[in-house]
Amino acid sequence: MSLRSRLGRARDAFAGHLGGVRSGAVVDAAAWDALEDALILADVGVATTADLLRRVRERADSLAVDRPEVVLDLLKEELVTRLGAADRGLASGGAPSVWLFVGVNGAGKTTTIGKLGRRQVEAGKKVVFAAGDTFRAAAVHQLELWGERAGASVVRGAEGADPGSVVFDAVEHAAASGADLVLADTAGRVHTSGNLMDELSKVRRVAEKGAGTVTETLLVLDATTGQNGLVQARRFTEAAGVTGVVLTKLDGSSRGGIVVAVQEALGIPVKLVGVGEGPGDLVDFDPAEFVDALFDLDDDDRSGACSTA
Amino acid sequence: MFDGLTVRFDRILRQIRGRGRLGPEEIDEILGEIRVALLEADVNLEVVRTFQRRIRERALGAELGGVLNPGQQVVRIVLDEMTAVLGGETVRLAYASRPPTVVLLAGLQGSGKTTAAAKLARWFKAQGRNPLLIGADLQRPAAVEQLRTLGDRIGVPVFSEATDPTAVAREGRAEAVRLGRDIVICDTAGRLAIDDDLMDEVGEISAVLRPDHTLLVVDAMTGQDSANVALAFHARLDIDAVVLTKLDGDARGGAALSIREVVGRPIAFASTGEGLDDLEVFHPDRMASRILGMGDLETLIEKVETTFEKQQAEEAAARMLDGRFTLDDFLDQIRHLRKMGPLSSTMGMVPGMAQQMRGVDAEIDERRVDRLEGIINSMTVAERVDAGLIDGSRRARIAVGSGVQPSEVAQLVRQFREMRRLMKQIDGRGSRARGGRKGRGSKARGTKGRKGGRTTPSGPIPVGRSAKSGLSLPGLGGDREGSAPDLFGIWQPE
Repeated sequence: MSLRSRLGRARDAFAGHLGGVRSGAVVDAAAWDALEDALILADVGVATTADLLRRVRERADSLAVDRPEVVLDLLKEELVTRLGAADRGLASGGAPSVWLFVGVNGAGKTTTIGKLGRRQVEAGKKVVFAAGDTFRAAAVHQLELWGERAGASVVRGAEGADPGSVVFDAVEHAAASGADLVLADTAGRVHTSGNLMDELSKVRRVAEKGAGTVTETLLVLDATTGQNGLVQARRFTEAAGVTGVVLTKLDGSSRGGIVVAVQEALGIPVKLVGVGEGPGDLVDFDPAEFVDALFDLDDDDRSGACSTA
Repeated sequence: MFDGLTVRFDRILRQIRGRGRLGPEEIDEILGEIRVALLEADVNLEVVRTFQRRIRERALGAELGGVLNPGQQVVRIVLDEMTAVLGGETVRLAYASRPPTVVLLAGLQGSGKTTAAAKLARWFKAQGRNPLLIGADLQRPAAVEQLRTLGDRIGVPVFSEATDPTAVAREGRAEAVRLGRDIVICDTAGRLAIDDDLMDEVGEISAVLRPDHTLLVVDAMTGQDSANVALAFHARLDIDAVVLTKLDGDARGGAALSIREVVGRPIAFASTGEGLDDLEVFHPDRMASRILGMGDLETLIEKVETTFEKQQAEEAAARMLDGRFTLDDFLDQIRHLRKMGPLSSTMGMVPGMAQQMRGVDAEIDERRVDRLEGIINSMTVAERVDAGLIDGSRRARIAVGSGVQPSEVAQLVRQFREMRRLMKQIDGRGSRARGGRKGRGSKARGTKGRKGGRTTPSGPIPVGRSAKSGLSLPGLGGDREGSAPDLFGIWQPE
């Protein structure tokens, strides 16, 4: 299943606004407003949207184009450019490498670790899960179930144990058993809690006390997140040095537009996208495909969208 | 970003100050700023439009005059509209006439249903109820185990079995009847997409469970999609109210406004922390300024509020001095105290009391306030109007309902009466000091209708405390050294 079809629902909602733009002869004031609406509804944010459209307008003016297809292509190009420059590979190089997963409660950290662990095992890596979420009831058990499915061993502490020590033990265990990779879970935390953010900084430091190196700190961000996503990214970066975003639950009707702002403001790229409930539904983020999937319309969509214009 | 907004807003207001009426251009300029604020707070775009339209109509039609300048008037209209949409009153879930009262929780994945289920159970338990939790999320690995662990922690039984969600719901309800539990709270699997199969499943659970209340659990951090999500769930489940989670972060929570506007259902509870007792009855009045989120603007709003509350306070004071002060008024009083904090300034408006109140500040012990609110909430309407009705058996019932000792109920009633008696005494002076007061009081009664069993119009009623003692609200005393909280003994009206 392609990312495009998986994004079907997101595309439909977005396309409803764009359909009106496409059906017109030229992009007039109402069409620019419709573009703005579409971007805001996709959670791109007011400021980023205004900035995007200003730039596209300038380019359209300088090229003297006003046909809808051409202007939409300019907008797509602009979005891809803004999303596109970053390195999206997941870095390794430690012995073992440690990938730390952080984020607010309910973003999907544990599930992401399960899915990514499976991918890495299938790619021939020896993987250890560190059950660093010692706060949420049954989180450790949830990770253990994923460990069984993925073929990864799980290192756990007692409930309420210090998450730093659990991660440390996992790294030691991985080093001793010749594992390549430690995927470290952490408890979800609201980024306004100073103590818990300090705890996260400590977990990151402790993870490098032994043989391991933290080569990725991945912020797991729910695609339904609104403008607060940018604040989250900033705070988690301050606390733990975020290197990439995992955008989860993108198969709902939400569109995850906040990642544009996160990339622009903080230079943190989206690296992975969760597009379904199955273990294989965690895919690499491809900006061109992402933007294309949002903008492309087939004929049915177009006729449907025309009636709403 | 928002600092800029405040500055811009302030500038516009300064331009228009002193004019008798706002022109369409100025109003549009202000509305543009409000639009940005609302969108940044994740209020749904369509909801923002509706909102702007309504404010525009009211602002254009408004005769601007009186105590507020035009800018303040617009701020007032914005606040009024927001409060109207959010609902001015806190929501109370009614208990079923034939127990158990069944509550169904639904929502997207990761919105916090399982935690909310446990927090709700704990909340009901604190109200003196006996809840049972049903774990019907058979999808997420270890979700039932999570619920069981939380259930253990709060001492609430959990029912689940590895069959199918509908069967679990049916059996769970039967189990509650068997065990004599009077509240049933059912956790369900998160719906990731607006997925027809999964929506069918929760629809079936609802059909067998026949819930008295269906609550949609929504993450306060949700963006533009919140309105669509709420509509989709509402179409299938006919939701009654919303639980807003993760409100302890700094998300503005525009979802609250969007959902209220789009499906017309209120926010009943807000989750404000990781602890299992961090669940509060939602206070709509606090949400408006949070959504607007303009720090400096709040000062501006306060000025407007002060003017209005002054009038309200005088009306309420009149009521109190007439001896028509009821326990309902008292409850209102507590709520206003929570909202406003120090009441010394309002107290100064009561004729003859200004002197005693000078330089006095009030501190409230939140837990005691909770207890008082709980006690009064457990009274019937009749009891609140006439505290004299409360005999031994009523007292025992109220005590059970609010989870306190009967003696605490008795203490509250005694102090309430004492307070009312003192107020009547003061009235003698008040009437002489200020003519025409009673006329205004009765006008206020005529214009302010209330639903929900209120018997008197609301409004802050000045209540004071002496400089030495603590609050003079019965039961709220600042008895830091363990002294009795009956402060009227210390407080001497002339």
